[in-house]
Amino acid sequence: MANLLEFKNVSKVYSRGKVENVALDNLSFTLKEEEPTILTVAGESGSGKTTLAMLLLGFISATYGQILYKGKDIDTLRGNEKMSFRKEVQAVFQDPFAVFNPFYTVDHLLEVPIRRFKLSKSKKETRDKMAEALTAVGLQPDEIFGRFPHQLSGGQRQRINIARALVMRPKVLVADEPVSMVDASLRANILETLQVLQKDYGVSIIYITHDLTTAFHIANSIMVFYRGSVMEAGGVDEVIKTPQHPYTQLLVDSIPWPDLDRRWGQTDLVPSEDTVIGEGCKFSSRCPHAMEICKTRPGLFQLEPYQAASCYLYEEKPKLEGENLSSALPI
Amino acid sequence: MSSATLSNTAIKQPNKLVLWFRYLRRNPSLTFGLLILLFLVIFTVYGLLTIDPKDAYPLAVRSKQPPSLEYPLGTDFFGRDLYAAMVVGMWQTAVIGIVAGALGTIIGTILGFISAYFGGFIDTAVTSICQILIPIPAFLIQVVIAGSIDKRSVTIFTMAFVVLLLAWMGPTLVIRAQVLSMKERQFVSVAKLSGMTSLGIIFKEILPNLLPFIAAAFIAQVFQAVFASFYLAIVGLGPVREPLLGNTIWAAQTQGAFFNGWWWWPIGPAVAMILILGSLALINMGMDELANPRIRKSE
Amino acid sequence: MNPVLKVVDLEVSYYTDAGRAKALDRVNLELHAGEKLGLVGESGSGKSTMALAMMRMIKPPGRIEHGKVMVGDIDLMKLSEDEMLDARLSEIAYIPQGAMNSLNPVTRIGSQMTDAIKAHQPRMPKAQMKERAIHALESVELKPDVFRMYAHELSGGMKQRVCIAIGILLEPKVIIADEPTSALDVVTQRQVMETINNIQETIGAAIILIGHDMGLMAQSMDKVAVMYAGRLVEVSKVREMFTDPKHPYSQALIRSLPKLDVKGVFQGIPGLAPSLLRLPSGCHFHPRCQERMDHCDSVRPENQVLASGRRVTCHLYDEEAKEAKQVPA
Repeated sequence: MANLLEFKNVSKVYSRGKVENVALDNLSFTLKEEEPTILTVAGESGSGKTTLAMLLLGFISATYGQILYKGKDIDTLRGNEKMSFRKEVQAVFQDPFAVFNPFYTVDHLLEVPIRRFKLSKSKKETRDKMAEALTAVGLQPDEIFGRFPHQLSGGQRQRINIARALVMRPKVLVADEPVSMVDASLRANILETLQVLQKDYGVSIIYITHDLTTAFHIANSIMVFYRGSVMEAGGVDEVIKTPQHPYTQLLVDSIPWPDLDRRWGQTDLVPSEDTVIGEGCKFSSRCPHAMEICKTRPGLFQLEPYQAASCYLYEEKPKLEGENLSSALPI
Repeated sequence: MSSATLSNTAIKQPNKLVLWFRYLRRNPSLTFGLLILLFLVIFTVYGLLTIDPKDAYPLAVRSKQPPSLEYPLGTDFFGRDLYAAMVVGMWQTAVIGIVAGALGTIIGTILGFISAYFGGFIDTAVTSICQILIPIPAFLIQVVIAGSIDKRSVTIFTMAFVVLLLAWMGPTLVIRAQVLSMKERQFVSVAKLSGMTSLGIIFKEILPNLLPFIAAAFIAQVFQAVFASFYLAIVGLGPVREPLLGNTIWAAQTQGAFFNGWWWWPIGPAVAMILILGSLALINMGMDELANPRIRKSE
Repeated sequence: MNPVLKVVDLEVSYYTDAGRAKALDRVNLELHAGEKLGLVGESGSGKSTMALAMMRMIKPPGRIEHGKVMVGDIDLMKLSEDEMLDARLSEIAYIPQGAMNSLNPVTRIGSQMTDAIKAHQPRMPKAQMKERAIHALESVELKPDVFRMYAHELSGGMKQRVCIAIGILLEPKVIIADEPTSALDVVTQRQVMETINNIQETIGAAIILIGHDMGLMAQSMDKVAVMYAGRLVEVSKVREMFTDPKHPYSQALIRSLPKLDVKGVFQGIPGLAPSLLRLPSGCHFHPRCQERMDHCDSVRPENQVLASGRRVTCHLYDEEAKEAKQVPA
């Protein structure tokens, strides 16, 4: 059972003089190779989700801990192994427009990886591969070739971004808020495309978002982050339909449902700017159930086979070691 | 998978030439500048084809003649045909301008890229030099340098060199600023993800977007170089024997042209100088508008 | 009761190098005091243009060709430049998209607010201006300390609330907010929306919220207006919009919303929105419409009022609208 990706006690700390900002706090989880899955990393800004993406893609290095790809520490990869890693771990970013170099047509975005990773031996083969990827994401190649990014819609641009990743046949795709800058009516298509990638092309997707509705629809498992730590993790059905951690409950409660019979805002809000992170549970200053014991940091407690929360409300439940976080995820 | 049922709803852009014409209409600065420059170029080329360059040097023809059919701009005290002198002078000015301007821009661009992309010691060194030298009026430095060269070894190329010594700094800072901001853009991160090397990113991703800035910097440098060649020559620091436009005026002034009634002597070069600098300045202003990304987006 | 905002036959075109784009095509809208209207539509549908046109902030190559914008009894289109300058913020306020990023980074929040007041009421004494600003800050649930703070010291949600506070400083009759929460997290978004609700109740202004998140509209608005390719295709009360949308485009929009009960089923809208430079003839939606009739591609549908007070721009309801006209109100 090969581990495709493994985070081993990874922390990322930014320090400026004496002030330390822990962007990601001792995270451990694994993704297995044989079962491509969609894992959601959910949280607000400051939760550490973007840091996780940057670490995963190798854009920044961990302060503590190791990130292993196929058993090897990604910081130590060189030469062919590094190229392999680059090719197999790809990303789709939030802003569909910013990823295009305004000087070139959109073809450029797809040609560069084919050329750099030597995925084709002739111009015709390059063109064919590009057309194949575009069709796989639901676009008509004739309508796309030769166009400039500003001539296409946001939805089309984002799908081209996914096509770019697909061309390299990655094993892992980091999707950082892929639909948040796309019009609501076009999101369905993009989400569907991501699902196709997982089912038909065997790509594991790490779907980073603060929008739990879309996460619910395409992901299998979810980890909810707050200020760098995991608050709750498990199967996406369990966590979103029956959230156990007070923070998750707050998130789920704030979802604007397009349904007038399901009102948001049943719980009280303590705005985050009024709060301070101390030694204890990171959420305690905003938590309606804060207790004395919350002054020390809670570990993870296993509530269901596929649900774990980091909250003293569940003190009686069996403890789950941080290193075994992945066992709570149905992958 | 829902696919588009409409075929091709993208707008057909009118062809590039038409777009260019429409743009020129909106940018009078650039248009006029280019027209004047075009006129000067035609004048010089026609002139070079029709005159005998030797006439531009002393003792070539009868001296002190007023303008006539044979000598359209008259002749000077030293026996130069002033029309030939002007044509050759324009040509030499162009050489200095383009050589110094181009080299200054190229060096500036390379240094700007290296500083911005790789940072570190090189960046600090380059920006410090620029920040120390730029505030000092270039004129002073150039006069000192030009004045200390032996009169006999001053040629148009030494003049170009003197100008070049300081010309590279402007482009360096401009290009560096642009590259610094561009290197944070997401298309650069994506290029890295697509396997591009740093060098590849510099040349293929960033450089094409900087072409308008480089072009604008080039025009500005040509302007500075031409202007420097004028003012250095006017104070007599140029290669005196050459019919450089500034030299002609310097010669006319030191020989007391107006007192002696040779009013036609400095006119040609004076008008030429105004036209050259004017056209370059107009083009420069026009380029500023073109290089501004906000304008570019509407294209 | 008279509507506090009445937009009549508003038409805006952009004259670009590639041709003339009709951004707003005879748009009609009415809003009463205290009403909250959500304006939805895809990018390029004309919603932001609508806001800018109402504020008379359209710049060349755009031009307001035609139409009236009545706030109370005043037609904004008939005002002089100076009068319009005065009307902005005091009669009708606009909080643009990304406003929180346009706060001046080098002056304190307080001065930015008093500057706004000064521009309209230069004779007001300083102390009174400060009081008004602090009152506005408190209305958006910010502490008076914020008056002395700088923009970079505030979080995204706080900055957005400052922008709302600036919008309500002079108690305008109409407030237009363009995507006020799009850059915010879901929890902060809820906070900001609750704030908008509260201040609207306090000063009784009418609010137009421009966005594309239907869920947000469902949770906080009274009415929803849908724009497509420069035309207002439907205006309905919020409950009606979500349970019984009339226009085929509105129906497709509602169908495409992800629901919590059914997992993994996506219903995108086939086709693409047309470019405003090459609009389809007749009804702009006809190429993508599943209920297209013969004359939909040649006859332009009118904006009609149905019996329930709803407005639809679609030939499917021509008969119904005729009947509605015959029945006395």
